[in-house]
Amino acid sequence: MSIVLDAHHEEDHHHKETFITKYIFSQDHKMIAKQYLITGLFMGIVGIAMSLLFRLQLAWPEQPFWIFEALLGKWAPDGVMDPNVYLALVTIHGTIMVFFVLTAGLSGTFSNLLIPLQIGARDMASGLLNMISFWLFFLSSLVMLMSLFVEAGPAAAGWTIYPPLSALPQAQPGSGLGMTLWLVSMTIFIASSLLGSLNYIVTVINLRTKGMTMSRLPLTIWAFFVTAIIGVVSFPVLLSAGFLLIMDRSFGTSFFLSDIFIQGEVLHYQGGSPVLYEHLFWFLGHPEVYIVLLPALGITSEVIATNARKPIFGYRAMVASILAIAFLSTIVWGHHMFISGMNPFLGSVFTFTTLLIAIPSAVKAFNYITTLWKGNLQLNPAMLFSIGLVSTFISGGLTGIILGDSTLDINVHDTYFVVAHFHLVMGISALYGLFAGVYHWFPKMFSRMMNKNLGYIHFWVTAVCAYGVFFPMHFIGMAGLPRRYYTNTAFPYFDDIANINIVITIFALIAGLAQLVFLYNFIHSMFYGKKTVQNPWNSTTLEWTAEIEHIHGNWKGPIPSVHRWPYDYSKPGYKEDFVPQTLPLKKGEEELQH
Amino acid sequence: MITLAILIFFGLYTWTDIMSVEENEEALVIELYAQQFNWKARYSGEDGVLGDANVRFLQDFDGKNIAGIDSTDPNGFDDVVTTELHLPVGRDIIFKMRSQDVLHSAFMPHFRAQMNCVPGMITEFQFTPITTTYQMRQKPEVVAKVKKINKIRVEKSKNLVANGEEPLEPYVFDYLLLCNKICGASHYNMQMKIIVETPEEFEKWINEQPNFAESIQ
Repeated sequence: MSIVLDAHHEEDHHHKETFITKYIFSQDHKMIAKQYLITGLFMGIVGIAMSLLFRLQLAWPEQPFWIFEALLGKWAPDGVMDPNVYLALVTIHGTIMVFFVLTAGLSGTFSNLLIPLQIGARDMASGLLNMISFWLFFLSSLVMLMSLFVEAGPAAAGWTIYPPLSALPQAQPGSGLGMTLWLVSMTIFIASSLLGSLNYIVTVINLRTKGMTMSRLPLTIWAFFVTAIIGVVSFPVLLSAGFLLIMDRSFGTSFFLSDIFIQGEVLHYQGGSPVLYEHLFWFLGHPEVYIVLLPALGITSEVIATNARKPIFGYRAMVASILAIAFLSTIVWGHHMFISGMNPFLGSVFTFTTLLIAIPSAVKAFNYITTLWKGNLQLNPAMLFSIGLVSTFISGGLTGIILGDSTLDINVHDTYFVVAHFHLVMGISALYGLFAGVYHWFPKMFSRMMNKNLGYIHFWVTAVCAYGVFFPMHFIGMAGLPRRYYTNTAFPYFDDIANINIVITIFALIAGLAQLVFLYNFIHSMFYGKKTVQNPWNSTTLEWTAEIEHIHGNWKGPIPSVHRWPYDYSKPGYKEDFVPQTLPLKKGEEELQH
Repeated sequence: MITLAILIFFGLYTWTDIMSVEENEEALVIELYAQQFNWKARYSGEDGVLGDANVRFLQDFDGKNIAGIDSTDPNGFDDVVTTELHLPVGRDIIFKMRSQDVLHSAFMPHFRAQMNCVPGMITEFQFTPITTTYQMRQKPEVVAKVKKINKIRVEKSKNLVANGEEPLEPYVFDYLLLCNKICGASHYNMQMKIIVETPEEFEKWINEQPNFAESIQ
């Protein structure tokens, strides 16, 4: 129970730390946040590099590339990629980006860093569980990366690993050992995620400082808190789906399999249904979208309010919409399955619930815009990425209304239209949230500032290229081009969109290069960046009152208590345009909260 | 809110309209049969009823029973299995989808039709083709598209010929059935030609095809 120890004792403890307890098996939430971030960024490099490889293949399908042979070896003889490897790249790209980068990398980093600092706690409720959570995540990343090196290749059934394709090694080479490792990795990952989430929930409920009522929590904390709840509710369902799949694969049960003839042989499976797997998978799969997105939206709320120097518009509406999204997210999974063969009436129900999500989403989008309206905008890189997020959230969200309507979905289901939609609304949006968070809280993490100009280059190139990549995909999707095709040359009908594929790939390559600017900026600033001041963004929240140098326990003295909500920017009656949460109300001053 | 209500109401009305498969006397029942990596179509023959089928019958008759028809069910004797999908124009078509190995999805982009093929169950979709392949090929926008594609193919062919390879064949418009659910290595090339024709042409074609009883002789 290190949290109840007084600061003085923490100081003593601090001196006894060895290299291993400080940097490797650390129980300090700030160090664990950094470990999550760096592991997440590394996985991000792997995931994005994979996407560039298959983009090259899609743009110039007949062309051999030396880089294929260099990186893929015997899977790309003479530089021509094997179709199975293409599917493997698509699969592992999806898995890594969704789970390892945008779930663990985003939520793991910022929940860990910000929950104790912004609610005024000395650490997480359980430092030990927190440490175990990170190392399980690390282990699952290792297993996932290991699966890239098995003889028959990694899992290649798409990130959704629908059986029977994923269940039968006869169906594709990746469904052998590669798929086993994928399932093992995800099992460990889910354990890590559950430990982390439980810790976040308990910390937010129990360890808020004096005066930090739930209605005074920054929206970041609200987002992380609700995200953790969604995770705890839905991840175990994926775990059960994974276990049942393992049973089918290894122990001959028939949960998901029935009536199969493959490679000249009738298999014994009888009575199961792949549709059951789809239900179980998407019961996590859809909330997962919000597990990815909500933390990014929380970060955006914080960054936009701070840098617009205005209170966030509609604080209560924002909290309500987070809660509404969380609730709705668990009852919409069927919209991934309109044409799976499930009862069409069920499709109607899911259309209805899905379209309801437009309401809280629109509330959030409008509140961001009204917060920005007539604000004193500080356009630093974090702010630009946050505004970028609002933009991609809207443009990706609009196509969501089309896909959520079962009737329209029939025609564009599983085409590039879907690829465009979810990359914009959750992929790019969450990535922008991650970048905004890194630029904004880098001083808190590493006590140094990132280079602003490199940040501008990073943002503008990324923003232009992200739309350059995903906007044209809407059109090729509506033209009928299915996703997960190794090449489109088998259909002369698609010959006239080959040029669009080249344009997309060029934008993707430039976007990939732009991320190198970010990496350079990140690593360079970590060691040589300008030293930060106490409160570099003139922010009101508690983390900026903590010590610049990291100490175990966060505050040398007693934990500050809180007297007001976190969005007192440009409040009349004050000289400064921000009033820290720690400042007591003046006599007769009204506490704002709307 | 009002917009949303209209969207939901109108969407659900259309959805019910599309998805309710109505068995009727005039409708033509066709089974789409998917496997890695090709499609087959099974027509119900003169009796209008598809014979029972299961993957366990696939090895009967030295593998000639390519759609796994149950040879003890008399309804199956006149079933016709083909590798091209011919549809008579103006007639209701009820598709029954089956798969013999993994998930596939029967995607017919020109008809805005799509339904997954799930091993172990039969899924359904219904529509009525209203334009024949011949009529489509005459449409100005299709003519323009074909011209554009062929220009690209001529350019590509020049390069191929320069490398001593065969030139590409010129493209003519055809309706397509393609697989739209990841199903393995050749997923990208799992296709079947759809030909929509007049009822007379269709009758002539279907009568030329051997039925199940004949094909297992």
